[in-house]
Amino acid sequence: MSNPTVEVRIPTILRPYTKNEKLVSADGASLSEVITSLNTNYPGLGERLLENGELRRFINIYINDEDVRFMGSLSATLKAGDSITILPAVAGGCM
Amino acid sequence: MTRYESLEDSLGHTPLIGLPKLSPKTPAGAPRVRLWAKLEDRNPTGSIKDRTAIAMIDDAEKSGKLKPAATILEPTSGNTGISLAMIAKVRGYKLVCVMPENTSVERRQLLEMWGAKIIYSPAAGGSNEAVRMAKEISAQNPEWVFLYQYGNPANTLAHYQTTGPEIWEDLPEITHFVAGLGTTGTLMGAGKFLREKNPEIAVIAAEPRYGEVVYGLRNLDAGFVPELYDASILTRRFSVGAEDSVKRVKELLEVEGIFAGISTGAILHAAIGVAGECVAAGIGAEIVFIVCDAGWKYLSTGIYSNDGDADVLEGQLWA
Repeated sequence: MSNPTVEVRIPTILRPYTKNEKLVSADGASLSEVITSLNTNYPGLGERLLENGELRRFINIYINDEDVRFMGSLSATLKAGDSITILPAVAGGCM
Repeated sequence: MTRYESLEDSLGHTPLIGLPKLSPKTPAGAPRVRLWAKLEDRNPTGSIKDRTAIAMIDDAEKSGKLKPAATILEPTSGNTGISLAMIAKVRGYKLVCVMPENTSVERRQLLEMWGAKIIYSPAAGGSNEAVRMAKEISAQNPEWVFLYQYGNPANTLAHYQTTGPEIWEDLPEITHFVAGLGTTGTLMGAGKFLREKNPEIAVIAAEPRYGEVVYGLRNLDAGFVPELYDASILTRRFSVGAEDSVKRVKELLEVEGIFAGISTGAILHAAIGVAGECVAAGIGAEIVFIVCDAGWKYLSTGIYSNDGDADVLEGQLWA
């Protein structure tokens, strides 16, 4: 069985890696596999998301709007059609 | 108690309001799933930030850091500044706020009304820029008192000592606590208190997801996580966009008559999502969410009018 395909929203700061595409596709049954798939298609992108095998401190990734750090981080599982959003961590909230 | 010696004394003890119509219907015989709104707009200046502001000023006075007639400095997107401005006015301090330029006009008007001086930070980078600029200004003006809500333990403590205990007293059956994530003070403080009372309570964060301009960092290393943030307090964390937030704010107004600010829409969206999951799983739930402020400060955005839609919030800091 092939891996599910998901859509990934890329923040402005990482678009130089995706030829300025905002929305790209990737394959993988887990977030880790999706990041590998992204890095294959857009060399260098994966390294901007990870540091020592973990998500970078200032990178937040959401699967269908939920923060992956509370869903198993890199081992969070995915199904076809899931939407992934990558955002830099900013002081953006209610303050 | 409804009689107070002063406006400041009326802080807190906000009502917890049931939402009989917006709470999901459950099948006959299934346990109830109920939503409860804690109306923080009933605080002295109309937002939950009065708790943070009074606590930080009290703490700075007690430690001797804040002396009479001193100048207070704070980065804010509005509510904390408005709370600090009122208290500063009453207690005789000066206030300088660093606020992103892409905020609603009412917030500026309120700050100026209570005598605060506003330094605007650029729209690009949102509150990140406001925080960065405030840190720089603080370094240049060491005589100013930098309260810094993102890293000030008095912020968390305020919610640990007031918001959390109030909810526990009003609804000890609480199963889920949902609040907005900004400085993280509400979730860290009230969440920690509630988890100590009952470790089974889920603590759920809803953070507003803005338009792209707000995430316009120069590089990833310029990202920011508040010093107060402790992920171990949270159970789940959701990012909610303007469209869903506006939809929920209108729903709250239409169905239950509650006129809330836009960030409350993001929080309600997460709360309704969790409520739906509980219904589907046949689990009973008593879900408390925070109404951070009322809608007055956001009327000029136009989102409350019948055809007002979320597009007008693009590029704005709406929470």
